[in-house]
Amino acid sequence: MAESIRDKVAIIGMGCPPWGERWEADIFDLITEAAYEAFDDAGVEPKQIESAWVGYYATDYATTGLVVSQTLQLQQIPVTHVENGCGSGSEAIRGAAYGLASKQYDLVLALGYEKLKDTGFGGLAMAGAPGKWYPLYAAEFGAAPGRYALAATAYFRKWGLSKEEGKRTLAKISVKSHHNGARNPRAHLRREITVEQVMNAPIIAWPLGLFDCCGVTDGAAAAILCRTEDVKKFAANHPRDYITIKGFGIAASPGWGKERTDYDFTYWDATEAAAKQAYAQAGIRNPRKELSLAEVHDCFSIAELIAVESLGICEYGHGKEDVDGGAWEQGGEIPINISGGLKSFGHPIGASGCREVFEFYTQFQRKAEEPSRQLKDVKFGLAHNQGGFPGQFVCGITITGDPGL
Amino acid sequence: MVGIVSYGAYIPIYRLSREAISAMWVKSLGRGEKAVANADEDSLTMGVEAVLDCLNGMERQQVDGLYFATASPPYVEKQSASIIRAAVDLREDIPTMDIAHSLRGASSAMKAAMDAVQAGSARRVMVAAAECRIPAPNSEFEAIFGDGAAAFLIGDSDVAAIIEGSYHLSSEFIDVWRKPEDAYMQTWEDRFLRDEGYLKILSQAVSALLKKHGLSPKGISKAAFYGPDARAHAAIVRAMGLDAKTQVQAPMFDSVGNTGTALAPMTLVAALEETKPGDRILYATYGDGADAFLLRVTEQIEKVRNRRGIKRHLASKLMLPGYGKYVEIRELMEWEAGRHPSRRSSLPVIWRERQHLFPLYGQKCRACGNIQFPRQRVCIYCQAKDDFELVRLSDKRGTLFTFSMDERAMEVVLPKVFSVVDLEGGGRFYSVMTDRDPSKIEVGMTLEMTFRRQLEGSGLHNYFWRVRPIRC
Repeated sequence: MAESIRDKVAIIGMGCPPWGERWEADIFDLITEAAYEAFDDAGVEPKQIESAWVGYYATDYATTGLVVSQTLQLQQIPVTHVENGCGSGSEAIRGAAYGLASKQYDLVLALGYEKLKDTGFGGLAMAGAPGKWYPLYAAEFGAAPGRYALAATAYFRKWGLSKEEGKRTLAKISVKSHHNGARNPRAHLRREITVEQVMNAPIIAWPLGLFDCCGVTDGAAAAILCRTEDVKKFAANHPRDYITIKGFGIAASPGWGKERTDYDFTYWDATEAAAKQAYAQAGIRNPRKELSLAEVHDCFSIAELIAVESLGICEYGHGKEDVDGGAWEQGGEIPINISGGLKSFGHPIGASGCREVFEFYTQFQRKAEEPSRQLKDVKFGLAHNQGGFPGQFVCGITITGDPGL
Repeated sequence: MVGIVSYGAYIPIYRLSREAISAMWVKSLGRGEKAVANADEDSLTMGVEAVLDCLNGMERQQVDGLYFATASPPYVEKQSASIIRAAVDLREDIPTMDIAHSLRGASSAMKAAMDAVQAGSARRVMVAAAECRIPAPNSEFEAIFGDGAAAFLIGDSDVAAIIEGSYHLSSEFIDVWRKPEDAYMQTWEDRFLRDEGYLKILSQAVSALLKKHGLSPKGISKAAFYGPDARAHAAIVRAMGLDAKTQVQAPMFDSVGNTGTALAPMTLVAALEETKPGDRILYATYGDGADAFLLRVTEQIEKVRNRRGIKRHLASKLMLPGYGKYVEIRELMEWEAGRHPSRRSSLPVIWRERQHLFPLYGQKCRACGNIQFPRQRVCIYCQAKDDFELVRLSDKRGTLFTFSMDERAMEVVLPKVFSVVDLEGGGRFYSVMTDRDPSKIEVGMTLEMTFRRQLEGSGLHNYFWRVRPIRC
């Protein structure tokens, strides 16, 4: 059995300038702002960085690691571009942490970004999805809403929810996310919404309506990492309130879901697998009890519902009870997407995995800008980040926590 | 004896009422409705439908040729018949050809097939005709033209209708024409076209045929022939001395419209559906001359009744809610400039995956027995490598496992219905549902495959299979 990463690596600085429709900013602005916020937060200089990992998906604006070295004027150090679709941000943090754990570097940068609002329309720019026989077969199957909606239809049917009950359950998830996001000054969509608004919103891909879909957002998030033993050496500003990596899980599924007759679209198999890896490393046995918060990949309301079940935080088929009972709200048993989630905070593809960790980092340091959204007693946080579509996911999970636990 | 061994037809599911066209142009354009091809259909895909209907219960390996007639081919340069052959999974080592440019193409194809069988160079030849002509908006043609297809299997065994004889007349008479640069058909004053062209030329061919066989019009049980419209058709019926009520198969002007090259063949299919052994059928086409055929129905006709043909396709329809939807699905307007990235295609991909894209072959793992689509080298069930046999999936039905309806997809007909379909006999097909009423889609419903045109890209029509509710 390989060694666990638990507590070997610390995050000593993070940056996540407010996300949104950043008409005035290009990717170089986004990268600069996030990286410098992280440098300043950690109290390190850019020239101290020995290696960097950057996650992004859309390659219209950039290729390679040059996008970071040029922008930040890093001088001849290794910069690696990682890409796992919407899970690229987690992949950047993992690469950075493993570079430290293998003692190749002492101080590194992980960064994720995406610029989505230069295209001229809502939704994502990708025409169809990559895959088999592109641009023919795979391209026929279109954009994310239609693909995730397949899971909503299947979930309603499997668990006996009428269309009305199913839609209402999903609506409550979106209402919760908007409630959280409305109080988070860094979030993109900061507006409270009601269940009726969600239910009556225009359909994007039935059964999902407008408010079942996350924001299309520009943004970046960055983290500065070092080995835990070196925190005192590097973390001038956070000698005590840093966080450590407790476990990683990354699983690229065999991707057969949509073609195998024994897949029913009501669970995320890559999430189950990645969670198992991450819980084992972090020593988490009962995630519902032990996690102080979970940031889950809620690009759609149904994605949150199924992700929470697939993470073992809620039993399969019991999501509706949890949602109705408020278990995932701030004051509930386990706050899900206290940040607002992808839904309300936004989802610049390559950045979300880093941003989810940023939420735990903020909560742990008791730095929530709006006091009403500050959680108490913050110990372990889970960031769940996935790329692909129901039936063909790659999932990245990062568990971070209190270094003293 | 050479004749028709089997027949089939196709009428697209959408209909546009003449009332809707009248309302659009604020004038009276008569009653009834016309059949309109869906946005993912063209003459080629409709040809596939008719051929598959015709092949119902027939051995595909025995077909020795495929001739496809249309005046509205999807490609002006590039054969349609070769794509149809691949889609319906006929043998590769057979002649295929398109017969275009003339509304008489269907009978030219039948004559060529007859001759091939008679000469012994083929046992069975598939003859298909389809039409999907776009009439100019607010033209006389607009209310009249409809879309549809028919197919006949010509052979010399198990013949359902013997071709007793034929007469062929070529004429330089011009009635309708379209130059490569023309978006729409051009024509001349209808009185000239009817009186000097249609009435004279078609009558001449029919008279000559009857004379050759020593028959009077009374000897015809049913006449199935072309007409530019209901009035001209009625006029020629009178001129020929046929009894419109008992001897003439109505060409469906009020329910389908004038389907050009496919009109006479579709009318013949309608006649064959009603006919009984011993009946004598007159079949005639018109355009650049006329072709007339005399058919005698045999006992074998009872064995090829199980066709969707005209009757069942006619009864299965969805009304277009108005002229605007017609404009949309037939793309009669310039639309707002798209801001989405443009679609692409790839000839090497189409070529490499031809067995999978055209006749829709999936693979069955020899190690675990599971059927899977699309192909890949390692089994998605048991991970055995390169141990598969091909299984044709295009003739399988399936059950809808789950679906979604995308209202924002880059697709003419919205919502785009994504469908996960579990196939009878195994395998799952991830597809798009066409020819559907969104309010009637339910998990568990039975679906069938249909060959469609999708995703225009890189200047190419991309053809692939979709699913639809069991049509009829």
